[in-house]
Formats: sequence, structure tokens, C-alpha cells
Amino acid sequence: MALVPLLFEKSTPGKRAVTFPAPDVPTVELSEAIPADLIRQTPAALPELSEIEVVRHFTQLSRLNHGVDVDFYPLGSCTMKYNPKINEEAARIPGFALTHPLQPDETVQGNLELLHTLEGWLCEVTGMDRMTFQPAAGAQGELTGILLIRAYHESRGEGERDEVIVPDSAHGTNPATAAMAGYRVVPVKSLPDGSIDVESLREVVGPKTAALMMTNPSTLGLFDPHVKEITEIVHQAGGLCYYDGANLNAIMGYARPGDMGFDVVHLNLHKTFSTPHGGGGPGSGPVGIKSFLEPFLPVPVVEKKDDRYVLDWDRPQSIGKLHGFWGNFGVVVRAYAYVLAHGPALKEVSEYAVLNANYVLARLKQYYEPYVDRHCMHECVLSARTLKQETGVKTLDVAKRLLDEGIHPPTIYFPLIVEEALMIEPTETEDKATLDRFIDAMIRIHDEARSNPEHVKSAPHTTPVGRLDEALAARRPNLRYRANPC
Amino acid sequence: MANVPADLKYSKEHEWIRVEGNIGVVGITWFAQDQLGDVVFVEMPEVGRELKQNEQFGVVESVKTVSDLYCPVSGKVVEINTALENSPELINQDPYGEGWILKIELADPSELDSLLDAAAYEAFTKEG
Amino acid sequence: MRYIPITQADKAAMLREIGVSSTEELFAANIPAEVRLNRPLNLPPALTEMELLAHMRELAAQNVHTAEYACFLGGGAYDHYVPAAVDAVLRRGEFLTAYTPYQPEISQGVLQAIYEYQSLMCELTGMDLSNASMYDGASALAEAAGMVVNQTGRSKLLVARSVSPQYRRVVQTYMHGIGVELIEVPLDGVTLDLNRLEALMTDEVGGLLLQMPNYLGYLEEVREIEALVHAKNGLFVVAVDPVSLGILEAPGHYGADIVVAEGQGLGVPLSYGGPYLGILATRDRFARKMPGRIAGATVDTRGQRGFVLTMQAREQHIRREKATSNICTNQALIALAATVYLALVGKEGLREVANLSLQKAHYAAQQIAKLPGWRLAGDAPFFKEFTALAPASAADVSRHLLTQKILGGLDAGAAYPEILDGAAGAVTFAVTEQRTRAEIDRLVSALGEVK
Repeated sequence: MALVPLLFEKSTPGKRAVTFPAPDVPTVELSEAIPADLIRQTPAALPELSEIEVVRHFTQLSRLNHGVDVDFYPLGSCTMKYNPKINEEAARIPGFALTHPLQPDETVQGNLELLHTLEGWLCEVTGMDRMTFQPAAGAQGELTGILLIRAYHESRGEGERDEVIVPDSAHGTNPATAAMAGYRVVPVKSLPDGSIDVESLREVVGPKTAALMMTNPSTLGLFDPHVKEITEIVHQAGGLCYYDGANLNAIMGYARPGDMGFDVVHLNLHKTFSTPHGGGGPGSGPVGIKSFLEPFLPVPVVEKKDDRYVLDWDRPQSIGKLHGFWGNFGVVVRAYAYVLAHGPALKEVSEYAVLNANYVLARLKQYYEPYVDRHCMHECVLSARTLKQETGVKTLDVAKRLLDEGIHPPTIYFPLIVEEALMIEPTETEDKATLDRFIDAMIRIHDEARSNPEHVKSAPHTTPVGRLDEALAARRPNLRYRANPC
Repeated sequence: MANVPADLKYSKEHEWIRVEGNIGVVGITWFAQDQLGDVVFVEMPEVGRELKQNEQFGVVESVKTVSDLYCPVSGKVVEINTALENSPELINQDPYGEGWILKIELADPSELDSLLDAAAYEAFTKEG
Repeated sequence: MRYIPITQADKAAMLREIGVSSTEELFAANIPAEVRLNRPLNLPPALTEMELLAHMRELAAQNVHTAEYACFLGGGAYDHYVPAAVDAVLRRGEFLTAYTPYQPEISQGVLQAIYEYQSLMCELTGMDLSNASMYDGASALAEAAGMVVNQTGRSKLLVARSVSPQYRRVVQTYMHGIGVELIEVPLDGVTLDLNRLEALMTDEVGGLLLQMPNYLGYLEEVREIEALVHAKNGLFVVAVDPVSLGILEAPGHYGADIVVAEGQGLGVPLSYGGPYLGILATRDRFARKMPGRIAGATVDTRGQRGFVLTMQAREQHIRREKATSNICTNQALIALAATVYLALVGKEGLREVANLSLQKAHYAAQQIAKLPGWRLAGDAPFFKEFTALAPASAADVSRHLLTQKILGGLDAGAAYPEILDGAAGAVTFAVTEQRTRAEIDRLVSALGEVK
């Protein structure tokens, strides 16, 4: 497929797509309305194109891109499941899409009911008491959650608690979040099966502990058998327990973070609840809490009073606000529709997500060794360590060769504790035939690494571009188009 | 394959220092650049800054990772390698020559005794 | 309605391959009994697609919206026109259902679009570089505040009181954890008090956060403000309305160090406050302090131009607790919407949208100022929003307008009691290119009835 010139390179002076009507009001001279030194002297050099050129440009670009709608996308930890089309329709209903965030509460009762109702449903799924939809993504949910924990400790005169414990297998957002909230990060070791080393945990908890951040199932796709003991240890030390909901797709209807002893949880609606990821967002990262943290929730909170819904701003202990308005509402609409399409059958989502991951594991484990050889949850972590030793073909090469099969590779080189890691999350929305096609491709690559390793190392061969020089990109940053490069 | 010149002193943070009079030239070792991969950016201190031994003075970035730089001795920075601003790859190409990072006026030459010699550093890198 | 395509026969074959007799064995092998949920989830029964759509329409019907009511609400979200081609592009599954472009060879569509977005934001703001997007305008301002603190090493920041109260609250929330002190610079009339700024802007202050036009709609004296901030080597952060840059000077041309913006006006539906678009652009020298993803151009093994995510060593997945921010997922699809929008309206179109909004806002202001009991809150220049002092409370104004199928009456007096000057209420109006003269006249006539 041919590469596409930049919008700017296609621009022709005088071309127009959208035009606007002439003013229907008496006009003023710009110089009368705006001081001369605040009027733009040189217009922004935006491209000039016809509508058909714009539409073709972006259609052509789209064809250079892989999505769940195109083919299999087993990107571990990202839960790239099918995004139902009806949810797109729902979010575009004018009654939702064309409401202004500052409309009076009585004119948006449908929006507020939706938020309040989904809050209740997600609390049921997670075992929490209240939830806020303000965080725009998982990482902002983490920040919200850790700030809630900070506010709680400060309200009790325990502001000296300044440490957040993070397992070494955690996503990078966990330590980055703790630092953004002003905390020191204290790492705790994982055991070989990815679970937290309880003895190490006992050594690091204490009067300085503000919280433990934990992903369960862990980033190895395994449920921590000691989770209850772990949350108790942290609670006994006076700390709170934070649940990173990245892997909730494994346990819906089977187990709930609230029952495991977690005080705060964030969800990723763009993972577990099927809202499309859009090439990097928008997401939505709602945060659920146990009731003792309710006073600290971000304002406003949606409350139901006498059958009417209101935004409640009167919360003096609130941590404040994370978003200019109420969060990514349009994303929340899609998640609401998704939950309502399943009802209690959300449990089957997790059932089949786990079935699919174990099937992939069972068929691939004689080719790529599992980091831990036991039944996994919704994703499995394999390693190409032996393959690399024997053939020189690395995980990166396996991933690039998969591109030639039209399949998005798994997450690679994560978690950091696994050498040559391949983290595979098939999700429940894929059928056996698709999984078999992926598995067969992985086996073919494994064989090819022996028969023709150079062909694997030089992959991909059929994509619009070959491997890109990332070192050049970072050394000589070219981050924008310039008409006259200097 | 390891490249550890005998005339330099080394730190356990993988910096080397070459002493010329009371000036030390500091860079990162061949082993360090090999571990990092393609170096894409080096953050260097301002000339004139006073550094303590083992103080963090900068950062070296590769495509996929990042590493802090620590000064092997105390002293005042007298020169930085401005060529790295546009050609950070010099660290990969010639870590002990054109890829040097800074020159420092030694405050206490006796600190050199706390550093590793080539044999000790080479043994250290093999421990893993 | 479920989206699980595994047949019972497939399931049986898969269980055989795994070597278990039921999926329950897989869960039992993992989850200890003490934390198992031993009852069905208490959720409403599942709906079919047909029932679901009917239900969603019913819920939406309980809202009033801008296709039925004339919208004069602003305050950070605006009823600008969204050309049809924008959504047609966003619905392409290749964009809609992709993750972050971790594999550049099959993500050139998203990566090139991000590069084009970054380029457009630089052109618009007059800055050197832009990231790939932040969550929204408010969080972009908070991240900019964090950049200022990191860059200057100073732990006090000035924020103009004329910055949106919501934005100030978000900045406050972000800064609380890291112990940064925010100091408000008060208003003089409806714009920033320059004397107070000069007094508060000391060597210990990292810089100033300003909004232009400000929350009340008025233009700040940015050139004088820039000089005062830079005199103390502070950094000058400006939050702009990107549509205004069709007419107003680009902040890069009056010395801004960091520009942030709420990008919603660029082709994004109101959608009750989100998903919107946080824009963040800055100078070359701050490149490695910038939060968020950045795409860059490079070449492939075949010598062709291609795009990758770059300068990733700033980010959380590499630098963990030393990262410039924890941001990961951003608003890529909304950045794409802004890119398509700007490509569609082009150089001339953006100026037209800005000018139409300005003309209509000025007509509305003139007419409202003539009403008995009404006057404008200040005589500073404004763009598409302005604030009027009313003979009744903002809530009463809003209620009466609703009876005339008008959305308006944003309460400025609640956040800024100092501007009331004895009036019963202060109301901020926003007028976009979509408002017709007839709608404006209807607004004015309705306001004349408010007592």
C-alpha cells in the first residue's frame, strides 16, 4: 500500500472544503473590537484542501493502520476486545452528544441517571461503595485514587505517611503516579510466579506506608493466592490498598477487588468495558472506593434526591477536580450500553477470556516457554529466551514477523521481570479459528527461526513500511512539518 | 569483546575517568553503552557546577531506556562535550575518545583511590 | 446480547487441549475460595441490540440539547459547527479500534495523523513543538504547571484569578500532592490586575498561568504580562481558545513558554463535557520536559519516510517514578478529529469561524447592553464570550431562558462576586458562528423579560 503525502504537501492555495455563511448581523471592524497588537498578523499556515482530498487523505491513512476491526489484536494488558457498533450509535444520540456540560441539572436528567446507574453497576462488579467517572484514563484514575488516599491520611493527622509500595512487576504508571502525588516509591519483590513476596512485604510496611498499589491478576496473568493476607498486612500497618483494574477482564463475576480487601480501585472502560481505544484514547478511568473515603471524592458527585439527580458540589473534604467537567462522558455512555447488553452474563466475558488465554498457552507452551507453567487467567506470558539462545531470533523479531501475517503482535518485553517476554491477551471476543490462525503463525515463526533466521530478523516484509530507525528519530527529532526546513 | 583500557579508573556506576594533571575527563564505559544500545540524548551539567563524588550530574538516554550519570570524583565542571548535543551516537562509536562527557577540576585527587582499576572493573562487569 | 463467538463444540475441544474438564477448573486453580464471589452479579437482565437502542433513546430523551435549544453557554465548551466529514473519518475502524501505535509498521495511519496534528498545533499556536494530546484543557494546564515547577525548581506558582475556576481547581488538585503553592493574582475589573502581578511575581515564583481570552470572555494585556513574568525569569503559560487563534495573535508570537488549550471547539461535539482534547505546545528547549506521547518522522530500512513514537525516555513505561508525567492513554481520536477539522476548514475557514463568532458576540453584547437593568461587566475587548450584569440572579435568568428554548445564564457572579458591583447577578454568554441573528434577537427579547 502506498505511503501518503502529508496534508501540508497536498495543500493548494485557494482550495476550500467547508464554507460558512456570511454574517447576518451588523458587523464591526476588527480593529474596533480588538487592539491592534492582539490581532493575528500572519494567519496560521493551515493546509488548503477540498473535501474529497481530505476524506481520501484520511481514508488512505486508515488503510495503513491495524485495528480490532481489521484483525486479531492480542496485545497483552490492553484488552483489545471487539467494540460493539451499537455503542457508537448510542453515544451519538443527540440527547447525549449535543448536551452542554454546564446545562442546569434539570435539563440533563438522562445524563445524570446514566452516570448514577452505571456507578451502581460497576460498584456491584467491583465490590466497592461509590465511584467517580471524572478520570479520563487509567493513569488519571490512579492519580485520583492515590490523592484520595493522601487526603484520607492527612484528615487523620497521618500526613507523615509518605511511601507507596509498588511490586517490581507493576505497570510503569504505578510508580509514576505515586511520584506525581508526592510519594516516595518503595519497590517490593515478586516471587517467581509473579505474586507478591509476603515476607518482603512485611519488611517494607510500617508507619510510613501510605498505600500498596497492586494489579491482580498480576501482569503475569496470574491471580495472587495471598491477596487477602497482603491487604491485611497493609491495613495492619495503617496503609490503604489500591487495586489497578487493568486486568479486571479476568475476574468479573468470579471475584471482586472489594472482597479482596482493596479500598480504592480504578477501571479502564476502554479495556474491560469495550469502549474503543481510538489509537491511543479517549479512555475513561473511573475510580471506585469504600464508603469511608466518600468525603474525599472529586467534586461534583452525582446524587439522587427525591427521584431527581443532581450534581453535588458541597463536599468540603473533596480532593478537588481532575477534569474541566465531569470526565469522558461519551465513553461512559458506551460502557453503560456494554454492561446493559450483558447483564449478569458479564461473568461469561471473563469465563471465555480465561478459556481463550489458556488455550493459547496450552498450544504454544512447547514452542515458547511459559514464565510460570500453570493455568493462567485472561493472559499468558511466554518467553522467547530459548529461541534467542538457539537461533539469535529475539522476541522483537518474532513480533515483527507476525506483522506479515496480518496479526498485531502481543505486548513484548513486559513485564520487565521476564526475559524476552511475550504477553498474550486474546480476549473473549475471538473465536477458535482466529486463535488457531495466530497459534499456527507463532509456530511457523518458531520453525522459521531455525530454517531461515535472517528472514525473521529482517521482518516485516509485507507492511507499508519496514522497520523504522527509532534511534534517528530520537537523536534528530523531527516532530512537525516545516514549509522551509532550516 | 569487552573493552576496558588499562590506563583509566572506573566506578561501579560504569563511568570512567582519565586524569591529566588536576583535570579528570569523564565518560561512560564501553560496557555501559553496549547495555544501553543506541544513545539518543545526553543531559549534561552546566560548566562551573560543583559536583560531589557520586552525585548525579546528568542522564543518558537510549531508545528504550535511560540511565543516570554519577560523577566518580568531586570537583568543578570545567568543560562539557558539546559535540554530544548534536551527535550523541559518539558515545556508542567511541566511548573512551570522542564520546567523553565532561572535564572536571579535581577537588580531592585522593578520591581516585576509591575507584576500580581496569582489572577490577572488568571482573565487576562479569559478576553481572 | 453478547459478543462471544465460541461455540459449545469449540469450547469442548479447547478444554480438551488445555486438559481440564471445565472452565471452573481454571478459575479454581487461580482464585482462592476465600475471595470467590459465590452468587450471580446483581445486574439488570441483558438486552438485545434492538431493546438497548430503544432504552438509550429513552434515556437521552430526558435531556434537552443544542439541536432543539439555542445554546449561549460557554465556559470552556462551545457549540461550534462540526463538519460531517469529521465523524465519517473517526468511524473508520482502523482508527477507532486501534491501540496506541506500539508497532509502527502497522500504525502509520495513526502516527502520521499525530505528526500532522502536532504540526497543526504548532502552526496555530506559533510554538516549536506539540505533544500528541492531553486529556482536556484543564489537565493540560495542570501538566504545564508541573513542567514549570520541574524546569525552574521553584515551588510557588502564580495563577490568574481570571483563569477558569474549574481549571484552577484542577491545577490545585494536581499541585497539592507535590507541595506546590499556588498564589492567585486578583482581577482589576474583568482582567488581571497588573500591579498586583508585578508585586507577586518574585524570584521565588516559577511563573504565571494565564487564560486568553479569560474565563469572563475578556482579552488580557498579554504583552505587558509577558514582560513582567520574564523580568523575574519566570515561565509564561497561556491557556487559549484555539478557535480564537483564527483572529487573535498566536501566543508563540508574544513570548509564551508553554501554550495549552481545550481543543473541543475544533470539531468535537459537546458530549456533556467529554471526551475533549488537551493541547500542549512549547519551545524546543523544553522538549525533554514535556509530558505525554510525541510522534516523530524518521526513515525505514527501505529508505522511506515513516513515523514513530519518539523521545520515550521521558515517559512512565521507561522512567517509571522519574517520568515527566504518568499519562499513558491520551485523547488520540479527538486529536484526529481536530486534525480533520482543521484540514476541512483550512486557513481561511478558521478565520471565518473566528470572525463570525466575534461579530455575533459583539452584536449580542450591544443589544443586551441596551436593555433596561442590564450592563456589560467591563469595557475590555472580548472575542466570542462576554459577561453582563443582570437585574436578576443568574439562576433566574437561566430558568426564564429555558422557557424560551434557550440554554444560557452561566453564573459568573458565583465564582467572581467582586465583579457584581451591586447587580443581582452576572451572566457570561458565548456566541458561536452557529447562532443566527434571529436566535440572538430571541435571547435579547427573553432577557428583557427577566425582572
